[in-house]
Amino acid sequence: MPDTIQLDIARYSPERDESPSFQSYTVPLRKDWVVLDALNYIKDKIDGSVTFRWSCRMGVCGSCGMMVNGEPKLTCATFLSSYSPGPARVEPLRYFPVVRDLVVEMSDFMSKFRKVKPWLVRKEEKPISQGEYLQTPQQLENYKQFSMCINCTLCYAACPVYGLDPFFVGPAAIAMAQRYNLDSRDQGSEERMEILAQHEGIWGCTFVGECTKACPKNVDPAGSIQQYKLTAAMHWFKSLLMPKASR
Amino acid sequence: MSAPTTRSVPPHTPYHPRWYRSHVSTYWWMQQWSYFRFVLRELTSLGVAYSCVILLYFIRALSLGPQAYEALQRRLASPVLVLVSFISLVLVLFHTITWFSLSARAMAVRVGGKRVPGLLITASNYVAWLVISGVLAWFLLR
Amino acid sequence: MPKRPIEPLFWTLFSAGGVIAAFFIPLLLFFFALAFPLGWLTPPSYEALHHLVSLRLARLFLFVVCSVPLFHWAHRFRYTLYDGLQIKHLNEFINVFCYGGAIAGTVVSAYLLWNLH
Repeated sequence: MPDTIQLDIARYSPERDESPSFQSYTVPLRKDWVVLDALNYIKDKIDGSVTFRWSCRMGVCGSCGMMVNGEPKLTCATFLSSYSPGPARVEPLRYFPVVRDLVVEMSDFMSKFRKVKPWLVRKEEKPISQGEYLQTPQQLENYKQFSMCINCTLCYAACPVYGLDPFFVGPAAIAMAQRYNLDSRDQGSEERMEILAQHEGIWGCTFVGECTKACPKNVDPAGSIQQYKLTAAMHWFKSLLMPKASR
Repeated sequence: MSAPTTRSVPPHTPYHPRWYRSHVSTYWWMQQWSYFRFVLRELTSLGVAYSCVILLYFIRALSLGPQAYEALQRRLASPVLVLVSFISLVLVLFHTITWFSLSARAMAVRVGGKRVPGLLITASNYVAWLVISGVLAWFLLR
Repeated sequence: MPKRPIEPLFWTLFSAGGVIAAFFIPLLLFFFALAFPLGWLTPPSYEALHHLVSLRLARLFLFVVCSVPLFHWAHRFRYTLYDGLQIKHLNEFINVFCYGGAIAGTVVSAYLLWNLH
């Protein structure tokens, strides 16, 4: 294994530049280093102006998402040696506006995430005297996979539909809606359906499947969206044929 | 974070002149092999449409008489149509293969509480396809 | 529901058409467009095929196989044009072309199969 590897980092300073450009740095290639380690090495030892987000450095916070060689990755969970002999290209997460260098603006995802009501919605609350909401392991299993999302938005960077249509709600938001829809304690499916059954909701998705490939937590957002399409379609037919029964 | 403005501007990013927004090229589907394979998968619908049209021509020929039936088969044997049919067959087969793996992922089938593994669903689809094709072939070749 | 988009109907037709196309069309296309015209397999005689297709069940089967996959094509091709060529601004024209084409095909197949003689 060679001693060093070259990283081409996308640089963009809104005060100075019209568009991003690449700057090359050579970092040591250590067997146990991840790309985030290399970025921190650059910031510590070579160029302190390189700007990027990171936090837990162990793949649970979702802060360090970037494009490495054109693929959305968590830089704390991607080994540097995978890109040997290099060079490796590090760019900010795709399809989001770039604030500076490798930092993107995520408020679009945040607002869409909020829109799908990612919390337990109850029509009637149970009084405290009646105790907690009980759930069997089977009921937990129904939605557990979708609850693993760490909001890293790698799926948005992978989804071409999101890139082409900025109104598209996106994989993580829909997966999170499904997480609550399938939760036995939740009673909010109707409310979420009104938001998601619009064209920019689930129907914009064409099951490219890239979101599931990019997801570091095996949430399978693509699967959740297709399952939700089936639910929404059945609901649509039911409300068409039996309007009184479904309110 | 300011509130979103009108519907014509995507509500996510209020216009900010200093944030860089890269443009998605019309040829986005050529920039990555997985994107290209996706578009190829979607284009299989053309093969499906072609097949429906061919079947409709045959049904029409049956009403027009035995000469029309023979003439249609001769027309289909021309080099251009053979090429088109061959490409359509490749597309239709690609549709079948991708459809079976997609439908396994699109449904959460549960038997007795446990989720049926996707591979099993895909495999049973292939078995059903072979059986159905065999039955159709029997009807047409006997 | 205050606004009821028609997308679920088209998606359901797309799915049903996809299933039908996946199971039935490969063999039918191979036989009728390649194997029979090129003589790789002996095609059924006109009388035999005519008799087979005249059966009510066969006509129903053929109607389904010739019409629902067309809606599969319509829905999928519409989105391919939207996303692939980014011509969403032509979306009324695309919708009419795709779904209109599928409806036309359905009408033609109903007519041909009903009036088979």
